[in-house]
Amino acid sequence: MSSATGLPEGVAAAPVPVAEAGTPAWQRLLLVAGGVILALAPLWLLESFHLFQLTMAVIMALAVLGLNIVTGYNGQISLGHGAFFAVGAYCTAILMSHFDWSFWWTLPVSAAVCATVGFGIGFPALRLAGHYLALTTFALAVAVPQLLKHKAVEDWTGGVQGLFLVKPDPPAFLPVTPDQWIYLVVVSIAAVLFFLTWNLIRGRIGRALMATRDHPTAAEAMGMDIASLKTKAFAVSALVTGIAGSLSAVAIEFVAPDSFTIFVSITLFVGMVAGGVASILGSLFGGLFVLFVPNIAESISKAAPGVIYGIILIGLLFVMPDGFAGLLRRLTARLRRGGTS
Amino acid sequence: MDGLAHQIIAGIATGGIYASVALALVMIYQATHHINFAQGEMATLSTFIAWYLVTEGVPYWLAFFATIGISFVIGALIERILLRPVQNAPPLTHVGVFIGLLLIIGNATGWIFGYTTKVFPTPFVSDRPLMGGLVSAHELGTTAVTLVVLMLIFVFFRYTKLGLGMRAAAYNPRSARLVGINVGMMLALGWGLAAAVGAIAGMMVAPVVFLDPTMMLGILLYAFAGALLGGIDNPGGAVLGGFAVGVLENLAGAYVVGTELKLTVALIIIISVLLVRPAGLFGRVVLSRV
Amino acid sequence: MPALLEVRGLKAGYGPTHVLHGLDFDVDAGGVTALLGANGAGKTTSLRAVSGMIRTEGEIRFQGESIAGQATEAIAQRGIAHVPDGRGTFMELTVEENFRLGAYVRTDKADVQRDFERMWEWFPRLRQRWRQQAGTLSGGEQQMLAIARALLLKPRLLLLDEPSFGLAPLIVQEIFAIMRRIREESGAGILLVEQNANLALELADRAYLLETGRIVVSGLAAEIRQDESIRRSYLGY
Repeated sequence: MSSATGLPEGVAAAPVPVAEAGTPAWQRLLLVAGGVILALAPLWLLESFHLFQLTMAVIMALAVLGLNIVTGYNGQISLGHGAFFAVGAYCTAILMSHFDWSFWWTLPVSAAVCATVGFGIGFPALRLAGHYLALTTFALAVAVPQLLKHKAVEDWTGGVQGLFLVKPDPPAFLPVTPDQWIYLVVVSIAAVLFFLTWNLIRGRIGRALMATRDHPTAAEAMGMDIASLKTKAFAVSALVTGIAGSLSAVAIEFVAPDSFTIFVSITLFVGMVAGGVASILGSLFGGLFVLFVPNIAESISKAAPGVIYGIILIGLLFVMPDGFAGLLRRLTARLRRGGTS
Repeated sequence: MDGLAHQIIAGIATGGIYASVALALVMIYQATHHINFAQGEMATLSTFIAWYLVTEGVPYWLAFFATIGISFVIGALIERILLRPVQNAPPLTHVGVFIGLLLIIGNATGWIFGYTTKVFPTPFVSDRPLMGGLVSAHELGTTAVTLVVLMLIFVFFRYTKLGLGMRAAAYNPRSARLVGINVGMMLALGWGLAAAVGAIAGMMVAPVVFLDPTMMLGILLYAFAGALLGGIDNPGGAVLGGFAVGVLENLAGAYVVGTELKLTVALIIIISVLLVRPAGLFGRVVLSRV
Repeated sequence: MPALLEVRGLKAGYGPTHVLHGLDFDVDAGGVTALLGANGAGKTTSLRAVSGMIRTEGEIRFQGESIAGQATEAIAQRGIAHVPDGRGTFMELTVEENFRLGAYVRTDKADVQRDFERMWEWFPRLRQRWRQQAGTLSGGEQQMLAIARALLLKPRLLLLDEPSFGLAPLIVQEIFAIMRRIREESGAGILLVEQNANLALELADRAYLLETGRIVVSGLAAEIRQDESIRRSYLGY
């Protein structure tokens, strides 16, 4: 453990395991093509319920990615990202059900609203270190359902009943069902946001984010505007998680306060830890983890999936603190060493 | 005027609950600088244990003290088994372990005892109205129990050798070892005590809010608010903060925002304290190390 | 008769970095051993190694029994008191509570009370500050409190890390006078780490000179004090 970085060793060292500098162009192309095929294959392979589950897994992965930006890469521990998820979902739901907007137009609005809210939370967060920020965001997430149910906003949010909405229809030229279409939409948007985030993280801004996480004083001495960096990280993080919320609203076709309890935030946190803190690819694993592991947990013990879930989380923290992404990285590193020797 | 007086007295009664949980949080915070997000779940589990004992025919006060003992052991074991191995890990790991703990205890409680709401007995009943009907017997009893508990804790830390050892271990573990104190043991004891205090709070509040696995979530939030208001490194301050928040909550609920936004009131208190006076009213301002 | 503390082949460090590369030194009962050397030579690390605050290799024997690898609190309970660098005062607690913590592991209540009185006599200023928070004391008073706290353990061996550090010359004189008294009255052995070699050699009967984790000179303090070449090349006065 390196105490200085505040993270398990190796996490910060290799944030981008997929395509490293120096990979030949044809290899990258192959990688992308493989990714596309892998992403599209479920359309033919899975029937509707499992496709829906996978859609939700990708949505959760995107939400975990958002959390990873601020908590993983920037070290600001948030236990309240479910709040941004809820804001995104309600933005889309309100615009679609009250104003008959098309789903597509709700996305930029939802992004803008979530980024603004994130920015607003980021400001007080500046003054809160470590556990205090976790506590405040925890409190925020606990209060969310109550806020959504409140009389003042009931007309918009539908109160306890929530809001129903309808999936966008697939365009006529595509021979796909609405379920398949929403999967395509989700996967495409997620792919774009994953790519943009990856670009952001491996560039100058990403390095600055990690520098403020690991060596705040040094970063400040080097002339970085830590306050602005941290609030912006919160805004971008909220935006990404908020978009995931928007997508979840149309995928499920329903929003209600009680789907946005503290457990959404906890789930995202668990996904981040399980997938890999400060890892883009890890966020993807995280999404799959939080969607499918509870099912697996349920198959181990019908009565107490939550207990198994908690045990898995603590177990992971003890034996695999850099998550699945770290495990993968270690495995590939071993394979490479084995190949060269 | 009677309405106001009643709200304040009821606020003090619930404030005592918040004060107890806040004290439990502060005890762990002082020793480890961790915020135990699972404190509420631990208290709920304890309350269920008490409920089980009472429904099995154990007399209330026997069940009460047995629960305190069991909770103490559970708390100390949690520290030994789950927190000890990661004591030097980064904050993210600690938060993760606390969240895992919250999931495990919360779900285990529901799994073992069921998710249906249960009626929890109060030992405080009275045939005639007290103080002209201003206060219920349960409110009066709860306040008394809380005050006795807080007093005992104070005396323990202030005047006993073990209490002094625990404070020394919390303030300066390195020096504590040098004078021969087993710091690991003190941490386990601290967790045990915190769990025991939380258990008392749970048993006192359960007759009012009814018993179910999520009973303590809102109370935990208010305890956070109280602890922060008083100063999270100051046990006395946290206790006062807990009482203050209890009264504030009741007044706000009765006259300002209504009962639907109770959790939001806690959130607002938390954010305001952290923004205006992060060290709390009675806390020390701690400069961050470079 | 074996020495009170015998250290043989002591190696220690922090994580992967090694600071001590095999030290041998002794402290006699009732004697004062001084560890001298420049910053970073490994003096503080040696003291930490003896009281089990860091991982070590090699032999550490106290009163003939091995204490290597034992927990710090267990070593303290055997009668080794340590005034660490930075003094290790419980700043948030009162002077009285610091006293009580010094005697924490002792069960001989009447004796403890007598030792309290002895410390009041030795350090009258601490008595005046009895109910004050230790954090509010002056540097010299804090050093006195640290020494008093260590003595209240009724140690067989006292480890002192730079007792003169950051103090005015007059106060340093006072503290060294007290250390002479400790040596005469308590019969405890003292292992002293000190930047001020001149003062340390005056007090000590045995001295070791450390350079980057190795002992380069060892011998009787009086002889080292007389040896001009050692003084010139290592001690700089």
